Amino acid sequence: MTFFMFRRLTALMVTLLVASLLIFLLLEILPGDPAAVILGVGAQEDTLRALRAELGLDLPAPVRYLNWLGEVLQGNLGRSYTYDTPVQELLLNRVELSLPLALLAILLSTGIAIPLGVFAASRHRKVADTSIMGFAQLGVAVPNFWFAILLILLFSVKLGWFSAGGFAGWDAGWFPAFKSLVLPAVALALPQAAILARVTRSSVLETVQEDYIRTARAKGLSRSQALWRHAVRNALIPVVTILGLQLSFLLAGTIIIENVFYLPGVGRLLFQAIAQRDLMVVKNLVLVLAATVVLINFLVDLLYAVLDPRLRLGFHG
Amino acid sequence: MDRKRFQEIWEDGLHHRSFVAGGILTVLMLSLAILSLIWTPYSVFTMNIAGKLQPPGELHWLGTDHFGRDVLSMLMVGAWNSMAVSLAAIGLGALIGIPLGLTASARKGWIDEAVMRFNDFAFAFPALLTAVMLSAALGPGSFNSIVAIGIFNIPVFARLTRGSSLSLFQRDFILAARIAGKGTTRICAEHILPNITSVLIVQATIQFALGILAEAGLSYLGLGTQPPQPSWGKMLSEAQTMMFFAPNLAILPGCAIVISVLGLNLLGDGMRDILDPKMRTRE
Amino acid sequence: MIQLKSQLKKFGLIFVAMLIGAFQSQAAKTHLNMGMVLEPPHLDPTAGAAAAIDEVVYANVFEGLTRINRNGEVLPALAKSWEISEDGLKYTFHLQSGVKFHDGASFDAYDVVFSLERAMAEGSVNAQKALFKPIAKVVASGNQKVVITLKNPTGHFLFNLGWGDAVMVDQGSSATNKSKPVGTGPFVFKRWVSGDRVELGPNPNYWGEKPALKTATFKFIPDAAAAVAAIMAGDVDAFANFPAPEMAGQFKNDSRFSVVEGSTEGETILSTNNQKAPFNDLRVRRAIAHALNAQEIVDGAMFGYGTPIGTHFAPHHPAYVDLKGLYPHDPEKAKALLAEAGFPNGLKATLKLPPPTYARRGGEVIQAQMAKVGIELELIPVEWAQWLDQVFRNKDFDLTIVSHTEPMDIGIYTQRYALMGAAQAVIAQDAVNGYLFQLAKLGIWNSNLSGLWENSPVQANDLTEVSWK
Repeated sequence: MTFFMFRRLTALMVTLLVASLLIFLLLEILPGDPAAVILGVGAQEDTLRALRAELGLDLPAPVRYLNWLGEVLQGNLGRSYTYDTPVQELLLNRVELSLPLALLAILLSTGIAIPLGVFAASRHRKVADTSIMGFAQLGVAVPNFWFAILLILLFSVKLGWFSAGGFAGWDAGWFPAFKSLVLPAVALALPQAAILARVTRSSVLETVQEDYIRTARAKGLSRSQALWRHAVRNALIPVVTILGLQLSFLLAGTIIIENVFYLPGVGRLLFQAIAQRDLMVVKNLVLVLAATVVLINFLVDLLYAVLDPRLRLGFHG
Repeated sequence: MDRKRFQEIWEDGLHHRSFVAGGILTVLMLSLAILSLIWTPYSVFTMNIAGKLQPPGELHWLGTDHFGRDVLSMLMVGAWNSMAVSLAAIGLGALIGIPLGLTASARKGWIDEAVMRFNDFAFAFPALLTAVMLSAALGPGSFNSIVAIGIFNIPVFARLTRGSSLSLFQRDFILAARIAGKGTTRICAEHILPNITSVLIVQATIQFALGILAEAGLSYLGLGTQPPQPSWGKMLSEAQTMMFFAPNLAILPGCAIVISVLGLNLLGDGMRDILDPKMRTRE
Repeated sequence: MIQLKSQLKKFGLIFVAMLIGAFQSQAAKTHLNMGMVLEPPHLDPTAGAAAAIDEVVYANVFEGLTRINRNGEVLPALAKSWEISEDGLKYTFHLQSGVKFHDGASFDAYDVVFSLERAMAEGSVNAQKALFKPIAKVVASGNQKVVITLKNPTGHFLFNLGWGDAVMVDQGSSATNKSKPVGTGPFVFKRWVSGDRVELGPNPNYWGEKPALKTATFKFIPDAAAAVAAIMAGDVDAFANFPAPEMAGQFKNDSRFSVVEGSTEGETILSTNNQKAPFNDLRVRRAIAHALNAQEIVDGAMFGYGTPIGTHFAPHHPAYVDLKGLYPHDPEKAKALLAEAGFPNGLKATLKLPPPTYARRGGEVIQAQMAKVGIELELIPVEWAQWLDQVFRNKDFDLTIVSHTEPMDIGIYTQRYALMGAAQAVIAQDAVNGYLFQLAKLGIWNSNLSGLWENSPVQANDLTEVSWK
């Protein structure tokens, strides 16, 4: 187990290092001079040069890369060019929205998908199964931004139950804040739920085939008792893995969904920062996001290893 | 695949509901896309601003958009644009991913480890994020969407190829080929690849669907296909401010996306069932 | 059981009280949600030129010695009256008494001296230093009187003092105005949720007549579709500059909204890089001008909101006087000119488009118009940052679309008046530009609202006269 942990941790470090290098290289080829963006059209050439020096933009690329790594390792994510505030602060402000949104979406999708998936499995090849899986197929095929538009059209414009976007903020009380997250979370959760329901169903069906379930049934448990008591628990292992993987899709999803609902979240911060050439925000934010995803996958791997001893030996299928 | 086996599969397929349904939807969208190359009801490049925002009618079956262009024609060309991007991205992913997967399973050791780490990394990085950054760096456009979506396809094919060929390398016929003096490259080409083709085709179908979704997302953000070429994602984003008086403009491209993706997914699931009877219990 | 009943009764009472409360707040609505497309980079109007700054704080949070009203007239503000010497060099301002900054500091003549000297100083970051150039010295004469001496008579001096860049600030809070603005206006800054909104509250100690509104929230909604949804759903009450002209017809038919068409100074042009082949050939540029159909662009891109223009803003050059007459829409002539210039089979070029709708959508119409005469345009959408860098600074473009003054969109990156000069510079180098149209200012707000500005003599959302019916 220690060896497994050590190997995975080293891999994690290497992955993050590679990620930082890729981000840096990608931003190197990004057109647009940050100094010119900050100073605007009226800027004189000498002012520009001075600002570039102040920002350390005139140093050779390898030096800038190492400087950046050094800063990040000290926990310093730099200052935003456009907002003139520390990136940490911006990030924390935005996480206040994005994290609950992601959690709500995950909660919604698992809360809907797992019971539906198990139920479908228990009704294998019956009408309920077919129709649930039919909906799941449809859910996978619907682009989340289109679904979001339809939700706004129905629930905000026609019915007026929810606002069309924007975030009330947590200090306005938990309810208004929560309410402004409902539609975006539903839009984010739908495709996830559809995929999860399918995975849950097939993984339950698979475990049902295994010997211990047959034994349990031979011992006199009814089909659904055996299903709920034994199969579901074991079937959840692959579901957890999928959930870990879905997190990165969720991050991508927030970029679009936060734009549709004009929510001040991490996704929109990133999108705007790219548009405004706020490279300081872009590189640090992307690194933090990549680190989060890699870390969560690492934790999922650990969890998986704990649940399934075979994996500890380093065999990954 | 010999003739008899093919016939068997075909007959199986005709009895498989999702295969048939998916096949019909896919053939429908594909033929619209291909038809658009030689014929569309109207040119998608000519504007008729005096005749903008017409409701569906005799002259324009699905109405016209805010520039007076025929919506049906745009959907048809949009189908081609979206499918072409997705197919090219699959090509890119398969071309790099399959050799990577084969190398990993044939060589094992650190190469295997490196390929799997790269996979984890590429999986962890949301495709859309990569695409947004790529198009910011290189400028938006179809080519960059292909690259961005293609990068995301690489680990999918690498992982699948590695996973399904690992056990094959242990099999007797491979050992026999080894003893006969065939090199790894030849073994892969002659024995491994033909044996995993069906799995790869099934996965390619699913990736095709995912690629269409991703292309739509990128075009929606304005980073994908550029005007005057129509694309479903762009049609959706343009229609959003007009959905109160021209809802068909917002609904039709969405339906086109759903039909194509649904068709391909059903087709992929169906093919998996038919080609791989072991998996059948799952669906 | 009895307890439960009384509990229920209590709830019932609370419920009724809540209902009454709801109706009461309906009756005397004192809050406004104003939608804006762009978020200000910070909130200090004396340290940046982004129009979005003034659109939040001007006349609401900060005030100057004078103010400019909806008709562009100069009115007294913190200076209740003034005298001008006969030679036009000496201005004596008498200040309002009892004025306090939001943090409690009192406002007097020394604050005027501080504010103006700060703006004039060598290292000042004021975006409009030119406004203060004519000032020779500022002297306090007691607490309530200030004497400003000019170097030379300046016609617009009182108007200039009414700009957002010349508002009064306090020495104690001037350093933190970017994030926590402290002024003398009828609204106090409450908070700023970056990426979302700025909230203003009432100023109980306001020296002047208190406005009907007590609180206001400026919401930043950069996406046109989101703006439409927000105003339809009632999340925002007003959009002074509505970004989606296609919705105007819909709002006009909806009694809940007022649609107000005002004017801007924004002349939208198709600018040609005449330093680059083949656009250094006058015939090619004339061909482009003949291929354009301005009315079609207004109809297609702006849904009819905008006026096709043909006259140049700088009529000193005889060829520019009336372009409409000089270059009527004539595709055949355009083709002939192209052939004459050596392009009988047409040519290829790029058209770089900044983010606003007029450019992106207008670009598509122009692309189609040019295709008819054989000019194949590749559209390249760019963000303002790239536009500034590639198009404006490095002249790396064939064609581009820009509005003469576009404070709304360009504000966050640049100094708006500098840009005006910039656009003029771009134009000046060209022999011929494609004149497209004059931008309209489309205001959409709740029909129960009154007192919002129809036109924009200065960039502002002055809320002091706004009230609910």
